[in-house]
Amino acid sequence: MKNAVMRTLGVAVGLLTVSVPLLAHHGAAQFDVGKKVIVKGTVTEWFWSNPHCFLRFDAAGPDGQVVHWAVETQSGPNILPQGFSKQTFKVGDEVTVTLEPVKNGRPMGRLLRVVLPDGSALPLAAADGGQAPGNSPQN
Amino acid sequence: MAKPLLVPTLALAVALLCSLVVHTQGPMPGAVYDRDVKGEKPGPAPRRDLAGIWEPATAGGGIQGKGALAMESCKRDGATGRYVVQQNPPLTDTGYATVDCLKPEIEPPYTAEGLARLKAHKPVEGYRMVPDAVNNDPILGCDPGGFPRIVLHNFRTSEILQTPTHMVMLYKFQKRYRTIWTDGRELPKDPQQPAWTTADRLPPEPRWWGYSVGKWVDDHTFVARTNGFQDDRTWLDNAGLPQSDTTEVEETYHRVDANHLELSIKITDAKLYARPWIALDKLRLRLQSPNLDIQEMECSPSDQKHYYEIFGNNTGLDPDTRK
Repeated sequence: MKNAVMRTLGVAVGLLTVSVPLLAHHGAAQFDVGKKVIVKGTVTEWFWSNPHCFLRFDAAGPDGQVVHWAVETQSGPNILPQGFSKQTFKVGDEVTVTLEPVKNGRPMGRLLRVVLPDGSALPLAAADGGQAPGNSPQN
Repeated sequence: MAKPLLVPTLALAVALLCSLVVHTQGPMPGAVYDRDVKGEKPGPAPRRDLAGIWEPATAGGGIQGKGALAMESCKRDGATGRYVVQQNPPLTDTGYATVDCLKPEIEPPYTAEGLARLKAHKPVEGYRMVPDAVNNDPILGCDPGGFPRIVLHNFRTSEILQTPTHMVMLYKFQKRYRTIWTDGRELPKDPQQPAWTTADRLPPEPRWWGYSVGKWVDDHTFVARTNGFQDDRTWLDNAGLPQSDTTEVEETYHRVDANHLELSIKITDAKLYARPWIALDKLRLRLQSPNLDIQEMECSPSDQKHYYEIFGNNTGLDPDTRK
């Protein structure tokens, strides 16, 4: 058990060292800036849109009940260079999401990083071909 | 193959191959921007030429989420580098999420009406930002952002088409355009009853994007003036600064060199602001490749509706309170 906890913490720390720009159509009023949560779940919707795409997924809550999560990203044009596309997720995919939660405690947040079923992660790091989406505002 | 053609043909083949490599090495789709390179020495500015695709030259340069760039409120504290306001304030649905830190020396010179209009706006960016659930920003319902908001917050990749009679500004954000006439016509005399010519026999038509005329004041500086705006439904920026049907905008484009353009914006509106003020001071733009395909960034009301149902409306303390 202790080893499992340490492994989880190790993964979490590793994930949290990844720096992701957080810029969107809205400011940070609703987000608990700096807080990070990691949730493993099953995709129920991937909505490709402007000014925000969002990913919905179901995950087991602490009491065993299913929790319906929704996390937003930037708009499609801005996350394309980071490796996302309209086809990135399909319903039923098992994903592990690192997110910055909203302040009001609902199962929502903005996506910082996601590990896909094949073990790859998005957004891509620069070393893996990820590109900044230009100097325009990120939306 | 004739020998004289061999060398140029081989050179062309190598060039095409290199071009193919360059254009396929990016593993992901999406625009690839030309950026400033250290030590680069651009050529001289061409004479009376704004044509091309432009992108803010510095990372984040087009982002003015805190408000009009030259007059942002709550600037960083010089000693600590931190903003004066609380960085991550508690959520509230009864007032602004951040401290309202209006300071005369760093805010536009509001009149009483201007300040009242400002305070009626609930933006999702800037120092008075609220959660999505309680905002009243018109563009989040896909209303046109209008001018100059398209520049004061959302200056994204934009193209300028230049003809002998006008400049056409093509904006990526919300896929909009506007025309600046350079054929010598004057602005509508009465900005609250605007019409371009009486000969048109058209009734006065206020516009989301206003009426714009421009001229070269020297070989590298183009100045445009705009009036005749719709009403106060448009905001100046994403921080909720007010605009009205009496707003006049002066935009100055200065061609610095072959690769760069600087854009400044001056706002005049006696109804809202006690004196003219500079909202954008020399935003530096970088010329892009003519091959750059500007991405689509349309606002879809049905997409927005879905976003708010699933996400935006649930970001406040009390869901579904968005007006």
